[in-house]
Amino acid sequence: MTKQLQARRLNGIDHNPWVEFVKLASEADVVNLGQGFPDFAPPDFAVEAFQHAVSGDFMLNQYTKAFGYPPLTKILASFFGKLLGQDMDPLKNVLVTVGAYGALFTAFQALVDEGDEVIIIEPFFDCYEPMTLMAGGRPVFVSLKLSPNQDRELDSSSNWQLDPTELASKFTSRTKALILNTPNNPLGKVFSRAELELVASLCQQHDVVCITDEVYQWLVYDGCQHVSIATLPGMWERTLTIGSAGKTFSATGWKVGWVLGPESLLKHLRTVHQNSIFHCPTQAQAAVAQSFEREQLHFGQPSSYFVQLPQAIQRCRDHMIQSLKSVGLRPVIPQGSYFLITDISEFKSKMPNLPGAADEPYDRRFVKWMIKNKGLMAIPVSIFYSVPHQKLFDHYIRFCFMKDESTLQAMDKKLQKWKDDLRP
Amino acid sequence: MFLARARLCTLGSRPKFLKTICASKILGLSTSAATLPRYLVKHQSRLFREDIFQKMSLKFKNAKRIEGLDSNVWIEFTKLAADPSVVNLGQGLPDISPPVYVKEELSKIAAIDSLNQYTRGFGHPSLVKALSCLYEKFYQNQINPNKEILVTVGAYGSLFNAIQGLIDEGDEVIVIVPFYDCYEPMVRMAGAIPVFIPLRSKLVDGKKWSSSDWTLDPQELASKFNSKTKAIILNTPHNPLGKVYTKEELQVIADLCIKYDTLCISDEVYEWLVYTGNKHFKIATFPGMWERTITIGSAGKTFSVTGWKLGWSIGPKHLIKHLQTVQQNTVYTCATPLQEALAQALWIDIKRMDDPECYFNSLPKELEVKRNRMVHLLESVGLKPIVPDGGYFIIADVSLLDTDLSDMKNSNEPYDYKFVKWMTKNKKLSAIPVSAFCNAETKLQFEKFVRFCFIKKDSTLDAAEEIIKAWSRQKF
Repeated sequence: MTKQLQARRLNGIDHNPWVEFVKLASEADVVNLGQGFPDFAPPDFAVEAFQHAVSGDFMLNQYTKAFGYPPLTKILASFFGKLLGQDMDPLKNVLVTVGAYGALFTAFQALVDEGDEVIIIEPFFDCYEPMTLMAGGRPVFVSLKLSPNQDRELDSSSNWQLDPTELASKFTSRTKALILNTPNNPLGKVFSRAELELVASLCQQHDVVCITDEVYQWLVYDGCQHVSIATLPGMWERTLTIGSAGKTFSATGWKVGWVLGPESLLKHLRTVHQNSIFHCPTQAQAAVAQSFEREQLHFGQPSSYFVQLPQAIQRCRDHMIQSLKSVGLRPVIPQGSYFLITDISEFKSKMPNLPGAADEPYDRRFVKWMIKNKGLMAIPVSIFYSVPHQKLFDHYIRFCFMKDESTLQAMDKKLQKWKDDLRP
Repeated sequence: MFLARARLCTLGSRPKFLKTICASKILGLSTSAATLPRYLVKHQSRLFREDIFQKMSLKFKNAKRIEGLDSNVWIEFTKLAADPSVVNLGQGLPDISPPVYVKEELSKIAAIDSLNQYTRGFGHPSLVKALSCLYEKFYQNQINPNKEILVTVGAYGSLFNAIQGLIDEGDEVIVIVPFYDCYEPMVRMAGAIPVFIPLRSKLVDGKKWSSSDWTLDPQELASKFNSKTKAIILNTPHNPLGKVYTKEELQVIADLCIKYDTLCISDEVYEWLVYTGNKHFKIATFPGMWERTITIGSAGKTFSVTGWKLGWSIGPKHLIKHLQTVQQNTVYTCATPLQEALAQALWIDIKRMDDPECYFNSLPKELEVKRNRMVHLLESVGLKPIVPDGGYFIIADVSLLDTDLSDMKNSNEPYDYKFVKWMTKNKKLSAIPVSAFCNAETKLQFEKFVRFCFIKKDSTLDAAEEIIKAWSRQKF
């Protein structure tokens, strides 16, 4: 071929950091605390719902409605209508997508044009940047910064904050959207109402669309409250709220997600959807619908999965924090999500010259070293930063604690050995 | 004059709907103001500024890439056919059961815990291995499961990934009319220019009208290629006609692709559905074609499981890698349990390719009977069907019925749209107008044709037969 083969929209987005790290995890005897998926089963009612969907009515093997399997869009409209304080129409205010990932893609393609600016808060789930670029948009980054505790105690994700003046300065007449992620991956930060009000007022002032990725909305700890920015005054009509069945029901392999929002925005996402994948698989949607119907009956009660899960995972989080401290790692206590980040500055100063490519940020070299020598896998946090900022934030690694007790115990064994190796 | 509905949200109160009248523009309104101004362009002492207002209304506008792509024939017609009293021969949706072992595999897999989490983005390992094993039987080369196969959300997703990955703004893409309706909007969404060429029928006297009577004029086709032609989209067996391109016809296309250094996106979802006397050929197996072809397949059409939404692209790694880039920036992974079930179902049939029980052999046999029945039925009421050599659709010329459609509104619509709506309403039988598979300029050429789907259980075809028999009795 003599012409350039690939379309220009792929320029700069072909590299994916996960490919390398996922490959490393599959090699050797490694405790995988890297990629964000549970290594335990979804709740029984969800598994049963899926089994029911695949062994019941054989017509569920065929196409359903393009914009969402009707019982699913109906329950999503009803369930989230209550949470968001909106009278939601299943046909107008809900779109089912292939995971929250698919929802994000659909939103960017529908609304971001060549030259539009998209504000991305760092650290960010890594796909936001390439999705902005693929839509011809210009990412504008603003970092959460640590205002550390005065004492020697561990930092919390709540100590990572946006500077209001700096944030305001990022909005221009070309700003089309701001992408918000709360609870945040990788930090685990849960944006407070006050922080969201700041974002909301800027979005309204500059007439910007807010795309809010709330996949971890049920995973909040220490009594923290998840607040959906769409519930703030003036925000429903300019907000797209994205959710994930995979994260909600610990079934990431089902790849069912959704977008909730006003008709005026959703109609454009529907146009992208009908010209990209058109339909989502029927049976997984049926399983998610049945699972939500169950949760609606138990909502707010101790028997609700949305109550039990964060309680259980908080214990995993606390276990991991204690274990990591024992080898001199300094985890940042996350208020939510599946993840925590750990400061590796001490290691950076003690062993600065780990093997790796010339320009490779320290955290990536550290993770590779840790996989090879300590049998533990994590994800370097610099992959959640824009290229210019990667060198500033190369002293953190991300661990996933959404893991079975046996995995955490395997982690403890590796950490014990690590601790022993540290003794003089 | 446009009416815009605006919503006022104030702290603590329920949203109210207010109507405003705008003299010249559609408005999207910001609602942080405590009261809603009236927008009369000539008013001088008003609070708002028209320039900010225009900018605001533009902000919530769609991205240019989807401009004009919002309408969709399926959304319109599936709604029409949703009435349970209507016999639906419209959408390509099997109402027969998938094979028992396919359903069983999925049931078994639903009980396996580890398959509820993410799998490999470019395709579940056991699935890409099975696909590689199956298709190596047809290609001269081995197929690398990791680099030369991508699993997508249906064949639809493969088309999207191929077009997004390989087609740029300003590129030309040749589309053969009639075409599966998504080809045109997908090409336009990539900023490219579709270049259309119709299939043309030779005159048929006395013998049955066949899909093979519809061909491309080689000179006309050659005239569509130029240095800006990035790709041609081929669909064989063809939807809606049912044409199965012959070796010679494919060679003409291949020669042009090689001459103009053009890619070929070959949509072969109906590859197993080929009827007696016909053979499906893969253009990617022709000399010089592997390196420039993406071949697309579909689990939905292969195993009658359209709701699984799994498809695949097969091609050389220098092309597939770009589809993989699109994948990692769009959906990343497809559903795990469905991919594993598909892999298991494929293994069952791969092991018995020559067996009449193999679904790749048994389904076309089953469908050929249904096809023949449909041909007979349509002829019996004065419709002129075109006998398809493949696929599960049959199109028929409805103009000879000379039906009185004067009570159908929307006189701007093509004849077949009106006919289908009339037939759905008055005969309780639905189909799809073939002009939906045409671009604006060629709609008139195909507006007397209507498409019927025959991958339906016997009782559905019996019900269609009842309707058609009653219809033909009414005429005389």
